[in-house]
Amino acid sequence: MGLLVEEKKIVIPGEELAAGIDYLPALGTYREEDKIYSSQLGMVNVSGRLIKVISLSGRYIPKIGDTVIGKIANIGFNGWMIDIGYAYEAALSLKEATSDFIERGSDLTKYFDFGEIIVANVINVTKSKMIDLSMKGPGLRKLKGGKLMEVTSSKVPRVIGKQGSMISLIKNATNCKIIVGQNGLIWISGEDPDKEMIAASAILKIEQEAHVSGLTDKISAFLQQEAQNDSSLH
Amino acid sequence: MTAVYTKRFDNRKFDELRPMEAKVGVIKRADGSAMFKIGKTVALAAVYGPRALHPTFMRNPEKGILRCNYNMMAFAGSGDRVRPGPSRRSKEISLVTEKSLESVLDLSEFPNTVIDVFIELIQTDAGTRCAGITAAIMAMADAGLIIKDMISAVSVGVVGNKVVLDLSKEEEDYEGGAVDIPIAMTNKDGKITLLQLDGIIKKEQLYEALELAKASTQKIHEVQKKALLEKFMKNGI
Repeated sequence: MGLLVEEKKIVIPGEELAAGIDYLPALGTYREEDKIYSSQLGMVNVSGRLIKVISLSGRYIPKIGDTVIGKIANIGFNGWMIDIGYAYEAALSLKEATSDFIERGSDLTKYFDFGEIIVANVINVTKSKMIDLSMKGPGLRKLKGGKLMEVTSSKVPRVIGKQGSMISLIKNATNCKIIVGQNGLIWISGEDPDKEMIAASAILKIEQEAHVSGLTDKISAFLQQEAQNDSSLH
Repeated sequence: MTAVYTKRFDNRKFDELRPMEAKVGVIKRADGSAMFKIGKTVALAAVYGPRALHPTFMRNPEKGILRCNYNMMAFAGSGDRVRPGPSRRSKEISLVTEKSLESVLDLSEFPNTVIDVFIELIQTDAGTRCAGITAAIMAMADAGLIIKDMISAVSVGVVGNKVVLDLSKEEEDYEGGAVDIPIAMTNKDGKITLLQLDGIIKKEQLYEALELAKASTQKIHEVQKKALLEKFMKNGI
């Protein structure tokens, strides 16, 4: 009875996680009779009575409230279609894009042109997974310059860290502006291209070792070492 | 079926599997991928998706669909060049693989989309559809899909007068007569998701073969599990 696996253990689909009715199945798990099984490859997380399996791989699935980075893929009569890495493009309507008055039939490329990168919020996901975006909110804007990189979306929480600890560590060490989209796209912009590269390689390191504990210390050491190498080169 | 088959061509025991090997994450650009090798048969599986589905009339607004493609590569056969691409045989195997995998998959989270599974055989020595299914389910787990249970597949059969496990090509072509039964089973419940039968078999022998398959899919499952965990363990926890 009770819990059959330890916290943070990696489980495969169909693996038994708990027996009895003491625990409740959450994301990535299901109940069959009085047992709870995993339905995803991932890491076990127990919080109170809830058992969750956090996925370690797979594509981005949009949720309401996510901040995402996307690319303008198409322009219509009343808005834009944005590629955010999901199966279908997300819609950004005129109303949600800007508070400017836009005359009927005017050229929308003046606001956002093809291929431009924006950071936006997911405001609605319908049952059939049609996605609406909004750009009304603090920090939501068009991104100019900088570098764009991609990590697995399931590893984004590790890149950000607890209350943003990991990302602010990288920001402070490299003096770069960094925006992390929940869809796994990360925008980095700094004055020094070398510093941008250090930030990018730190993020790649996080992605590779996302399930290792004590990662913040590791990354901190990595950043210090890179900074030393960097100063010795100049 | 009166010929006496006393010793297997490769000196295995009658209930012994060929040596197995599995690896997950072999194809970098795929959302999930796996390799499964049993004896001389090597299957690669790559999973892409959920992604946009075309043609649009195939879209299902209730749930995503699964699309499997089984293919033997031109150099994969044991003799002549195999003509790759769709054929009567490969289309049938694609279909039965799809039905087998679909039974454990929950795609209600991905309406209007498709999950593409590509199974490529780069080297074959019988038991290709089983190796394909075994590799495909690992690749699907690697792609982060919602799967109720793992599937393991193996072929059992009768060669001469003996019930044997995991037939090789030599045994399939045994002149004294051979029956080949590919079976796919879920691990947790032992439910059959694929069963095909080619030949004539006695009822008792079929039951015996099924029992043999059930025991050996457990062993295959262990190999699958090890491979899936290895991908995430290699950086050390």
